[in-house]
Amino acid sequence: MAEKLLEVSGLHASVEDKEILSGLDLNVSAGETHVIMGPNGAGKSTLGNVILGNPEYIINAGKILFEGADITREKTDARARRGIFMSFQSPEEVPGVTLEDFLRVSKTAVTGKPLKVFAFKKQLKKTMAALNMDESYAQRYLNVGFSGGEKKKAEILQMLTLQPKLAILDETDSGLDVDAVRIVSEGIRQYKNESNALLIITHNAKILEGLKVDYVHILTDGKIVHTGGPELIDEISRDGFHRWEESAAQ
Amino acid sequence: MSNTLQKNKIEEVDHSLYDFKDAVHPSFETNAGLTPEIVEQISREKGDPDWMRAFRLKSLEIYNQLSVPEWGPPIDGLDMNNIVAYVRPDTPMRGKWSEVPSDIKNTFERLGIPEAERKSLAGVGAQYDSEVVYHNVREEVAAQGVVYTDMESALKGKYADMVREHFMKLVPPTDHKFAALHGAVWSGGSFVYVPAGVKVEIPLQSYFRLNAPGAGQFEHTLIIVDKGAYLHFIEGCSAPKYNVANLHAGCVELFVEEGARLRYSTIENWSKNMYNLNTKRALVKKGGAIEWVSGSFGSHTSYLYPMSVLQGEGARMEFTGITFAGRGQQLDTGAKVVHAAPHTSSHIVTKSISKDGGECTYRSAVTIAKNAVGCKSSVSCESLMLDSKSRSDTIPAMDIRNDDADVGHEAKIGRISDDAVFYLMSRGISEEDARAMIVSGFAEPISKELPVEYAVEMNNLIKLEMDDKSAPVCKA
Ligand SMILES: Nc1ncnc2c1ncn2[C@@H]1O[C@H](COP(=O)(O)OP(=O)(O)OP(=O)(O)O)[C@@H](O)[C@H]1O
Ligand SMILES: [Mg+2]
Repeated sequence: MAEKLLEVSGLHASVEDKEILSGLDLNVSAGETHVIMGPNGAGKSTLGNVILGNPEYIINAGKILFEGADITREKTDARARRGIFMSFQSPEEVPGVTLEDFLRVSKTAVTGKPLKVFAFKKQLKKTMAALNMDESYAQRYLNVGFSGGEKKKAEILQMLTLQPKLAILDETDSGLDVDAVRIVSEGIRQYKNESNALLIITHNAKILEGLKVDYVHILTDGKIVHTGGPELIDEISRDGFHRWEESAAQ
Repeated sequence: MSNTLQKNKIEEVDHSLYDFKDAVHPSFETNAGLTPEIVEQISREKGDPDWMRAFRLKSLEIYNQLSVPEWGPPIDGLDMNNIVAYVRPDTPMRGKWSEVPSDIKNTFERLGIPEAERKSLAGVGAQYDSEVVYHNVREEVAAQGVVYTDMESALKGKYADMVREHFMKLVPPTDHKFAALHGAVWSGGSFVYVPAGVKVEIPLQSYFRLNAPGAGQFEHTLIIVDKGAYLHFIEGCSAPKYNVANLHAGCVELFVEEGARLRYSTIENWSKNMYNLNTKRALVKKGGAIEWVSGSFGSHTSYLYPMSVLQGEGARMEFTGITFAGRGQQLDTGAKVVHAAPHTSSHIVTKSISKDGGECTYRSAVTIAKNAVGCKSSVSCESLMLDSKSRSDTIPAMDIRNDDADVGHEAKIGRISDDAVFYLMSRGISEEDARAMIVSGFAEPISKELPVEYAVEMNNLIKLEMDDKSAPVCKA
């Protein structure tokens, strides 16, 4: 049996006294690809933030385990060093810090080992080329003035550089043009192996092309109301979420 | 978990690097108060020419007539009667590193001077207390005819007339009380003359620091860049901590002749009990340019507003500055410019950071004279407050006397965004390092103007300040 990576159970979380997640369960094992779909405002990004320990969100009940360790109260940086990563729906801009310097610091922090600078530079160049990103972007300030699509590519560049065990991709496809979606999907395929896992939040089936999806979860009103296989993707693309929203209301 | 929380060693700063002091070697110390007798005694000791002795006494008179400025942060902590105005180490001038006494050498070594010199800097004039103890100008620079010496030697040497012609003409002792004090007791500092057309490719640097408890430092810097010449001069300051209020009232006078360009960079890192009341001024002739890069760290209280007088047509000034005020610090800094000729331009970019109740005030003054048509001036100041206890104020003054001027001013005040901290932490970076990274990024437009070793030092200073949870040392 595959090794359990993430176990979320009975999770209740709120922001500004408003409950967003209300009793959410989710298990992800090494080697798996999970997709989360759900209407706007359902709590998908909130789930990603809570898994990473964003202090803005308060956990009222439930537990988050990663590789068997209880991380429910752990700080964000410690979770990242365990191997959790999220590609943000709207990545922050950090003026004055170049993408390359940031990646170097973050890679060193995540591995806990001194960086082999030459090898790092070489790998970075290669990864950027694969993502069709101009090399000069390494010297630009992190996300500052990047277009929506460029920011998403930079997130995937970070994922490929940091090689996390669990990558949460929050609407990484939105804002990408057709070619960029293809390039980013290819990057994701390259990343994926038997010992890591993907949790993909998306409204769009395109980014999933070429990926072997194991589970599709429907998240509405702060819970996972249904879990199925890849066939659900087409169904939702066609019929939307009505069925699940109604069943949730019943 | 403990291993995952360990701090990244590469990023760590050696606190002891900036916080050390040697045993004091005073060969001569004046009485604590300031009288004509003391000023005469200083003058005699230094072997001043007559005109300088008279100048000092005249300055003392002015000093006694002027009152302490009251428009800025309080300086009540200063008691001139308790300040030993003049401390000279018992080391004569040194030309060779190997001849400098070991504890003094140690101090400098830890400040990185010989190392910096190795890194192809042109010359080192390091001031230890009030006297220059080590001075060395690289031969190739001297061969270009560049004069780089301490002020005392300049006063007696080949360039004595030039010094007399310029000394405190730009910052007269009547300017304010501390300029008068400076005129009376100044000691040490650098004199640089770059002959017409000479471009000095590598920066000249001088490192000042205070060492003796209670000692004031009144060094004078006089730089003349002749027609069409170019120079980059760097002054860095660092001082160990003491329990007595300290005063720094230095003076910098920069003369930029026609078509010349001078870049003047300073990183000041004073001990947290220092009253830094420094006066810096540049006079720029036709087509000349002055570029200031200024980092103000440390001190208890600072008043610092480098002024540029754009006297000739088409003269330019650029000012890039950063100020960091932590607990118990009040740093009142900024820049002033006088557009006295047509088609002159000024460009001021300042950043300030305040933390743990520190107060930064940005004060600027842009004056455009009536006849100075076609001038351009842009001022941008940004402040970052690291917590809600800290303060940041902006006091921009503009006096525009003709209607053919292009003037812009922009001010921004911000805080570190929690979202940005979370974003960086989600990549494994600790909260402390994430905040430091954001602050360094904020300071980046300034550090990128500095030579790389100074930029690194400035980043270290920022990290040091970010980590500094200790109470201020000033108990006076
Ligand atoms: N920081 C916050 N402050 C206030 N409300 C918030 C915050 N974060 C999320 N919410 C609210 O929580 C709910 C869920 O938001 P979330 O961003 O998780 O939705 P989502 O499922 O990701 O939606 P979308 O598909 O539009 O990205 C929304 O109603 C949102 O307004
Ligand atoms: Mg979302």
